[in-house]
This record gives sequence, structure tokens and C-alpha cells, in this order.
Amino acid sequence: MSRSDDIWILGIHMTKFGKHPNLDVVDLGAEAIHGALADAGVTMADMGIIAAGNLLGSGSIAQQLQKQVGQTGIPAYNVSNACATGATALRTVIMAVKAGEVDMGLAVGVEKLAGAGLLGAGGKAKADNDEWARNGRFGAVGPVDGRIGTESMPGVFAQIGMEYGHKYGGADFELFAKISEKNHSHSTLNPLAAYNKAMSLEQIMNDVMIAYPNTRPMCSANCDGAAAAVVINGEKLKTLSLEQQRRAVKVSASILTSDPWQEACQVLPDVNTLTRNAAHQAYEQAGVGPQDLNLVELHDCFATAELVHYDNLMLCEEGGAVDFFESGAPYRDGKMPVNVSGGLQSKGHPISATGIANIWEVCQHVRGEAGDRQIEGAKVGLAHVIGLASACGIHILERSAA
Amino acid sequence: MSTATQIPFVEYLKLEPTPHLVANECTSCGARFFDRRNACAGCFNTEFTPVDIPTEGVVRSFSIITFAAPGVDVPFVAAVIDCGGTSVRANIINCPPDPEHVSLGMSVRLATTVVGIDSAGVEAVNYGFEPA
Ligand SMILES: [Zn+2]
Repeated sequence: MSRSDDIWILGIHMTKFGKHPNLDVVDLGAEAIHGALADAGVTMADMGIIAAGNLLGSGSIAQQLQKQVGQTGIPAYNVSNACATGATALRTVIMAVKAGEVDMGLAVGVEKLAGAGLLGAGGKAKADNDEWARNGRFGAVGPVDGRIGTESMPGVFAQIGMEYGHKYGGADFELFAKISEKNHSHSTLNPLAAYNKAMSLEQIMNDVMIAYPNTRPMCSANCDGAAAAVVINGEKLKTLSLEQQRRAVKVSASILTSDPWQEACQVLPDVNTLTRNAAHQAYEQAGVGPQDLNLVELHDCFATAELVHYDNLMLCEEGGAVDFFESGAPYRDGKMPVNVSGGLQSKGHPISATGIANIWEVCQHVRGEAGDRQIEGAKVGLAHVIGLASACGIHILERSAA
Repeated sequence: MSTATQIPFVEYLKLEPTPHLVANECTSCGARFFDRRNACAGCFNTEFTPVDIPTEGVVRSFSIITFAAPGVDVPFVAAVIDCGGTSVRANIINCPPDPEHVSLGMSVRLATTVVGIDSAGVEAVNYGFEPA
């Protein structure tokens, strides 16, 4: 057993996102695992731990996957942290490797979502002729969703973007639609994206309104997909081939936060404070600042969310997200490319896979293996996810010096 | 004026003497919660005192919701209202649900609406905020 504080991604893989009618969650997860192991040049025999996430399946996804790819008796962790589930699985493995309990570990996230409707909205209406009865923590006599604000994800994140507009000004429907136009345009270069067609501003603004100001293409795309990563410590990496050392990607920061109490955070989820906290910690841990990043994959579950995270990740001055966008910075040819994968709006958002898939994207670039969408000379990138209620994962990844 | 018996839709809405919201305020740090708490999420204190929330405020954020759970009338306006420093989640009511009539920073006041009547003839009364 070896130990070092250096943590590396030895291999990583994401499946094509989209509709996979003939593959179940186990097939998809196993495909991602085999891809990651092959990319790493190792086998299940080398793995000391597995952590896996799958929100909408039947449970114990880690053990289900072991039965498909190899049951070696290693500890298996089934993790769940909403849209940050994949990042949480990765973080779990990183902690085990960093603690020196294992040399190498495997993290995987997988989801089957194609055809799923709106997420987050729910509640049961009163059956006719019943008498009112109080239920839940608010003692409500009926579902509060839709009667006292909204619990639907498009509506919640719409308000998160609008709140930013109220605070700083300049954020309107057209601005949010332009952010979506950027990401759909980026996706044309990503063969693994669920949707890779460019959309005009007019098309986006005239599409079906889901929750103003988010139209359908401004919402994350429900789809199927999986992603997996092999984590290794620096000492063990030195014993592997030069080619493995050269392609390994350094994890310079791995951070997970939850939301600290803030006034209003239980009325409208506060995705800002925990992201800003995670970003501060990540930059400190990595010893880099936002100006050192060559690309950022951030959690654009809705166009309205992307705007606030420019600010939360400190890619711009506080309150300056609108100006930052309008300067052209977050376009792939700008000074701080954001979501060159197409983001969740077009690449897709198979919930548990998302927090590893965004790391895969950054790894492709810092390895110089991103093909047509390569950000030239990328050395350092940041991957961010948010799961409501809330969890935030941030990883900073750097090219190997080997 | 209806003669039917009325009950509030949620426990934190009080109908008498005039409709208003009541929060549980932490006696230590002043944090306010609309549901019951084992301890304050901000400072872990376990004592709370009920406080009346101002019935007037401004729209801090909103979204116009087109798709919702069955039984919910759409479109409707979901909003966060700043009521004198306390944030309240509510629908904007008595106002056309479009961006021409709802705006950030708009002044609003609490209003009530009957959401239904049960087999015993009791009306459930909900709150929303209307343009002030
Ligand atoms: Zn307190």
C-alpha cells in the first residue's frame, strides 16, 4: 500500500448521452466503467474501493455494477446527493485514496432519464368530498407546490437567475436566451452530446415557455448516460508506465460543500453561498486563481443558473456576470470558455453521471485529446456541479508535467 | 362576506384579525422559519417566539410557471417577496401572469383566496400577494 497527498485521475470515460432504449442502468454504468479502466490501463483487480450513484434506479447500484464487471469484495459505497451525486462518488473515492486506505479506486454515476417529465414538481391533490386534513411541515391542507410558489426545478432556477437580475440589473429574458444559444452552439462540436444542433436566439426565445424566462431549450436535457473515473495516488502512479503518467490528470482540488444557513435559503434555495465557499476552498487548495483557468464546465441546469455561477466561481467581479457574458468571455473563443461541451442544456443531464462527465470534459482538454473542440493549450480547468437542497462539488484539474 | 367556516391553507397563515403570516423567530439570532424547528439552522438555539410578518413587500424574484403538477392552474406566477427583511414564498395573484404586469421590485401586499371547500362545507383559504 502506498500513500501520498497527490491525487490523480488515471482514467475516465463518459458514454454517449442521449436515448439508450436498449441499455439499462447496469449496461450503461458497466460501459462507463470498462471505458475508464481501459483508459487507465488497469483492471477491477487494481481497484480498492468503488463508489457509485444512481438516483432513479432500484438501489445498490455499486453492487449491481460489480456483478457485471467484477466482484472482488472491495468496499462499495452507494452515494446520493441529487445532481451532485457523481461528484460525491468521486469525492468519496478521493478521500479513501488520500487517506491511504487504498491505492486506486473507481467512481461511477449513471442515470436513465430519457422521457422523464419535469423534475421536482409533485404533490397530491385532495380527493373530492374528503375533509381538510393538515399534512407536512407547514401543516398544509393541500399540496403547496403551485399554490405557494413553485417546487419545479425550471421555476426554482428561473427565480435564482431573476433574483440576480433584481440585485444587480441587466439580466433579462434575451440575455438568458443568449447564454443558451452559446451552449447549443458549443455542442455542435461534441459528438457525445444528447443534442448537437445550433439554435438561433429567435428559435430559443420562441420555443415553448417552461418557466419564464426559461424556454425548453434553456432547460437541461433529460437523457440517459454514465461516466466513470479511476483515481490513483501519486506514489502508485510513479510505478506505472510513462504513458500512464503522461496521460494522468492531476486533481489539484476536490471540494464538496453544503449550504450554510442564510436568510431566505429555505424559501428559495441559495445556490450561491455554497458555490462561492467551494470555489474559495478549491482555489486555495489548488494554489490557482480563476484567472489561471483555461476552461470551466459549470452547472448550467438552466440558462438562468449559468449566469449566477460566473459570479459564484469568481470568473468575474461580484455583480459583474452580465458584463462578463456580454464581453464574449465565456464563448469557446473567449478568454474564459465556459461549457464548451454544450453544457447540461445540450450535452444533457443524466443526473448522477453529470458530476463525473463534466470532469471527463475538462480532462479531455488538459490532455489535449478533445478533438475538434479542443481549447488550445489548455492546462488547467474547473468542473462544478450543484445538487439542490444543496450540495456543491468543485474539482480543479491540471495537465500532468510528466 | 361568506358565512362558511374558513381555515387557513397552511398553519403559518392566520386569518384573524386580518390575514397575515406568522413565523417562528429564533430568540437568539432572529432567524425566521415558517415551519417547526428542532433548533435554529443558523445558531442551534432551541427557543423560538412567534412573530407577525409585514403584509406588504416587494418582489425580489419571480418566474411564470407554465407546466405544473396536476390540479394547479397555469400559468401562474411564483415569487419571492421581501416583506420588511423576511423572505416569503408565494404566488402573485389578482394580476395577469405575464412579464408586462409582473416585475422585479414591484410593490405587493398580502391577499387571500379560497382554494376549495370540503364535504363539511369548510373553506380552505390560501394567501398570495397582489400588486399594491
Ligand atoms: Zn438562531
